[in-house]
Amino acid sequence: MAFQWNDQNGSFHPDSALDFLPEEQLRALQLQRLRATVERTYGNVEFMRCRMDAMGVNPGDLKTLADIQRLPFTEKIDLRDTYPYGLFACPMSEVVRLHASSGTTGKPIVVGYTKEDMETWKNVILRSLAATGLHRGDILQNAYGYGLFTGGLGLHYGAEALGATVIPISGGNSERQIMVMRDFGVTAISCTPSYFIHLIEHGLSMGVNLKDLPLRIGVFGAEPWTEEMRAYIQRETNIRAFDIYGLSEIIGPGVGIECCRQNGLHIFEDHFLFEILDPKTGAPVPDGEEGELVLTTLSKQAMPILRYRTHDITRVIAEPCACGRSIRRIARISRRSDDMLIIRGVNVFPSQIEAALLKVEQTLPHYQIIVRREREMDDMEIRIEVTADVFSDRVSEIERITARLSHAVESTTGIRAKISLVEPQTIQRSEGKAKRVLDLRKLDTPK
Amino acid sequence: MKISQLSIFIENQPGHLASPCAVLADAGINILTLTLADTQRFGILRLIVREWERAQEILEAHGHVVKVTPVVAIEVEDRPGGLRKLLEIVEQAGVNIEYMYAFTIRSGGKAVMVFRLDDMDKGIAALLHAQVNILSSVELYDRAGSAKAV
Repeated sequence: MAFQWNDQNGSFHPDSALDFLPEEQLRALQLQRLRATVERTYGNVEFMRCRMDAMGVNPGDLKTLADIQRLPFTEKIDLRDTYPYGLFACPMSEVVRLHASSGTTGKPIVVGYTKEDMETWKNVILRSLAATGLHRGDILQNAYGYGLFTGGLGLHYGAEALGATVIPISGGNSERQIMVMRDFGVTAISCTPSYFIHLIEHGLSMGVNLKDLPLRIGVFGAEPWTEEMRAYIQRETNIRAFDIYGLSEIIGPGVGIECCRQNGLHIFEDHFLFEILDPKTGAPVPDGEEGELVLTTLSKQAMPILRYRTHDITRVIAEPCACGRSIRRIARISRRSDDMLIIRGVNVFPSQIEAALLKVEQTLPHYQIIVRREREMDDMEIRIEVTADVFSDRVSEIERITARLSHAVESTTGIRAKISLVEPQTIQRSEGKAKRVLDLRKLDTPK
Repeated sequence: MKISQLSIFIENQPGHLASPCAVLADAGINILTLTLADTQRFGILRLIVREWERAQEILEAHGHVVKVTPVVAIEVEDRPGGLRKLLEIVEQAGVNIEYMYAFTIRSGGKAVMVFRLDDMDKGIAALLHAQVNILSSVELYDRAGSAKAV
C-alpha cells in the first residue's frame, strides 16, 4: 500500500518524505539499521558487550525485527554507572557535542553526538516542525532552555534547517518573552506547556492578549500535559498546540511529534525503534494496550542505545493516520511506571532528594515531597521532620540548616525547592514507610 | 549557676503551641516562664520548668523534639537603668547575648531575667565579678514557688 501526503495543514519539506515510506521499506530499513547499531554497540561499548555476552546474544542473532527481544535493556542507571563516556561507541575526537541531564545522585547523565548524529537530530526536528505546519517565513521563539539541556539547542538547528527564523530566547524572564513575542512578530513558540500557560497569563497582566498576536503554532513538550491544557491554550490564543516527545538518552526532543490531526505522536521510526512492553514482565503487549515505551536508536553513532526503558506509559495507535504518514503513532504519555517526577521540565527522582538530604543531615530524616502547580508553575516543597540532631535552640542555626538543605537539593536536582521543617511524626506514614511523594498537580485548565 | 532550659520545635501553624503546653499541663508540670522565638515558618518555644528532666521525657514521649540549653537566671533591679547596668557588664566582657526573657516573679524590688550568652562561662564570670546575683536552680525554684503562694 502506498502512502500519500494528505497533510494540507502541515508544511511540505522534502525531508518529510521519510514519514511516508511504505511499510515494507520502513521495516527493511529498520532491520538493516538495527543490525548495524547492535554491531556497533557490541564492537565498541564494552559495557553492553559484557551484558550481551552474559545473555549469550550475538549481533548475528538478529534475523528479524522481533529478535530485538533477545537484546538486553538499557536503564537510566546504566548511563549513571558508566558516567561520563562509558556508553560512547566512538573516540572522543568524533564527538562534536555533549549534553547532560540530571542524574540520580547529583552526577548528570552525559550524552554525546557525532557530526552525523547532529544531522540526524536536525532531521527529526525539521520533520517534527514541518508536521505541525511550521515553514520558511515563520518566526519561532524558542523558549526551551539553552545549554546542557537538550531542549533549546535541539529545537534550534532543526528549525533553522527548515528555514524558519529562530529567536534563541531560552527560558525564563517572562516580561522579555512577551515583549519579544509582540515586537518581533512571532508566529510560533516552543517551550513547556505549563510555561506557555504562564505566559498567557503574564501577557494579560502586562496588557498583552496573545490572541491579538500573529502566533499560530506552539510546540510543547518536556513534561506531561493533557487535552484539557491543549483546549485551554487553543481557546485563549490562536495557537494550534502540538505535543513533541523526546529524551536526552535517545537524542533529545524529536523522537516523536503530533501531526496536524493532533491525535497521537508519530515516532520517527526510521531513526528510533519502539516497543511497548509490560513494565513488569518485559513482554510485548498487544497493539492498543498500555505498556512501557522502550526505545532503540537506529542511527546514533556516538551513543547507540539498545532498548532503553523510558518508564513512560503509552500505547500504540495501530490505525493509519489520516495525514498519510506511515510511521506509527503512540498515544500521549499518560503516566510513568516509576517514581520519577517531571518538574518544570526537569526530571527529578525522590532518590536524588534523599541523597541531598543525607549529605546535609548524615542520617535520612522522614521527608515528603509535595509538588503543586500554582499559577501554572510547578512548585516543589520538601517537608522534613525535625530531629534532635538538627534542631537547635537558635533560630539562626535552624535557618542555616534550612539554607544548606535547600542548596543541596538545588545542586542535586537543579530545582529550587521550598524547605519546610515540620514537627516529628507529622508526615503521614503508610505501612511504616512515609508516603514520600505527594503530587497535587492537576493537569487541567486554570479556572 | 546554670539553669536548664527546654527548647521545643514548633511549626508556625495555628494550634501548634497548644500541644506541648497541654502535655505539660496533663503531667502537672508548671511552666515558670517561657518565650517564643518565631519566624515565618517555624518557632522555638523556650521554657523553664522545675522538673525539666521529667518534662523533657514526657515531651519527647509525645513526639516533640526537645533540646536542653544552659541559661542563667539573673537578678535585675526593678527600676529604670536596672537592666542597662547588667547589659554593660556583659558587653564589656565581650560576650554576646543570644536572647533573654523575663520571669513574672519579683521580690524585694528585684526582678529575674533569663539570659542565654554565646560564651556562658565568660559571661557568668564577669557578672559574678561585678557582684550581680545569679540565681541557682534551687533558689530560682524556691522563689518561683513562694511567689506563686503569695
